[in-house]
Amino acid sequence: MTLLKSREAILVGAILLLLALVASRFPGFVTPSNLVAVFTDTAPLIILALGQMVVILTRSIDLSVAANLALTGMVCALINVAFPGVPVPVLVALALGLGALMGAINGFLVWKLTIPPIVVTLGTMTIFRGIIFLLTNGSWVNSHQMSSAFKAFPRENILGLPLLGWIAVIVTLILGLVMSRTTLGRAFFAVGGNPHAAVYTGINVGRTQFLAFVISGMLAGLTGYLWVARYAVAYVDIAGGFELDVVAACVIGGISIAGGVATVAGAVLGALFLGIIKNALPVIDVSPFWQLAISGAAIIIAVTFNSRAGRSKGRVILKSAEHAQ
Amino acid sequence: MSLAETQQTTARHIPDRLTTPLARTLKSWESLLLLVAIGIFILNSFASPYFLNAWNLSDATFNFTEKAMIAFAMALLIISGEIDLSVASIIALASTAMGLVMQAGFGTPAIVATGLVTGLLCGAFNGVLVTRLGLPSIVVTIGTMSLFRGISYIVLGDGAFRGYPSDFAWFGQGYVFWVITVELTIFAILAVIYGIVLHKTNFGRAVYAIGNNATAATFSGIRVERVKFILFLLTGLMSGLASVCLTSRLGSTRPSIASGMELEVVTMVVLGGVSILGGSGSIPGVVIAAFVMGLVTFGLGLLNVPGIVMSIVVGALLIGVIALPRIYQNLRRK
Repeated sequence: MTLLKSREAILVGAILLLLALVASRFPGFVTPSNLVAVFTDTAPLIILALGQMVVILTRSIDLSVAANLALTGMVCALINVAFPGVPVPVLVALALGLGALMGAINGFLVWKLTIPPIVVTLGTMTIFRGIIFLLTNGSWVNSHQMSSAFKAFPRENILGLPLLGWIAVIVTLILGLVMSRTTLGRAFFAVGGNPHAAVYTGINVGRTQFLAFVISGMLAGLTGYLWVARYAVAYVDIAGGFELDVVAACVIGGISIAGGVATVAGAVLGALFLGIIKNALPVIDVSPFWQLAISGAAIIIAVTFNSRAGRSKGRVILKSAEHAQ
Repeated sequence: MSLAETQQTTARHIPDRLTTPLARTLKSWESLLLLVAIGIFILNSFASPYFLNAWNLSDATFNFTEKAMIAFAMALLIISGEIDLSVASIIALASTAMGLVMQAGFGTPAIVATGLVTGLLCGAFNGVLVTRLGLPSIVVTIGTMSLFRGISYIVLGDGAFRGYPSDFAWFGQGYVFWVITVELTIFAILAVIYGIVLHKTNFGRAVYAIGNNATAATFSGIRVERVKFILFLLTGLMSGLASVCLTSRLGSTRPSIASGMELEVVTMVVLGGVSILGGSGSIPGVVIAAFVMGLVTFGLGLLNVPGIVMSIVVGALLIGVIALPRIYQNLRRK
């Protein structure tokens, strides 16, 4: 447990170091207003990383989140164009529901047909994106077609932070409560830590994984509306490849891809780390084309680091066991 | 979640797999697939008057030859219980490397060698991370998928390499004899080689043994890590070869080249009857699956179905092909 705590401390240190490095050359980057902007920009990644965390915790992976986001976002945009009078809260509820439905499809295939999650979500990833094309024939929904209330919602400023940022904070708090204070949260850890033992304690492993996918899908759907409203455009390829950033954020946050090890703080910090890098690149005059390679390298370095940490932990336990005998 | 993990939890099912009728279903998978291929062929020839034409059919083979080259190596890798999702990115990186060599003024032999060596190096990089550091191949190759393509983007940005030498075009545009393309010939030769390696050699037995039970394989004297490393090398090399063919066929390199192809390769392998959990599958199955996918995409193309709709078909095939036997199995249990 101390190791996990130190892991987050390392991440906080790394983030502070990163900010200090950028600030040493561009002090404007660490002004409160810019930090708020960076946080808001990272909010979608934080929300998605939290959903992905739950899925990875239960020994699964959800590669369809970006496609889910794009499809939900497009449906919200199309509804807004067709019926501009539909109030935003209804749209948000619809986004949550539609996202959850897509997550449920993934979860159902994993639970009832025991198809490996990677295969299911690779497949649904292309299917969801293809459906956007079928809905729109490849055309875009542009800013001028959307109602102003639709676009204003994520930008609504409350106490200096846009609503998009607040939603990330709220989702973090809710998931923090779910993971630490509910039986469902314990079930996620149990299923990831040892599925066989989980069965003996009366936990339905498949159903728990199903619920993890529903949570991930629901958050992806929510992000879908927020994304489309914030950038005021919807097309087939929005957030293309974003699922890799989401997985990267989780892996950087110390979430074990083998399942069973995850913290809410880790997911948030991992997302913030990537978000700060992404926002700092243009400031320090590095081409945005570096972004993809940096995400990839970050995944590999983080997963190497994680496995090392896990391994030494294992050795320590063995040693103490030997000493005990 | 990682293949090895899932494999462990399902290992107990293997004995009843051998005794239930599913074993027979799997055995006849190739013949079933062959029937599907013939069915699609007949449907296509009714659907479009342009289908039954030697030159059109020869063009249709480009829909699968490059993917199938990778699919052979990927089949072995998946049978051994690992996976490589970075193959399409290896194509991009190898193509970029070839572009750099071409711009430096080297001729076709050097360009081809660069493509193959880049693929090999990428495969070695994946292999070292998986076998030396013991990392799960899914995460490693999701990482290298971004990394390799990311390097292409760093080199090329939104630009492109053009102006490959004219003799370089032979690999992707040349014909060996009448309508038989160079790519189709490479595909056929590789099919025979991989078929022999997997089904007739000790190495092939080792691949199956590792996929079914890596621990037992270790105790029976198989150097598991080394076999897996060789398989990653092979997958990288095949991606390099596919990159040579694809670059030669397109005549240019963009960083977005072959994006999403990893999905089609994995689908082809799974459609060919290779268990995604490792341990079973055959090269003839993959060969027929390649033809099925080529015919489906070509037929849809003749009917003017857009590419993204075809990707829905591919995604649905991937899930459907794995789901159907399981639904069948569930029904039989009841």
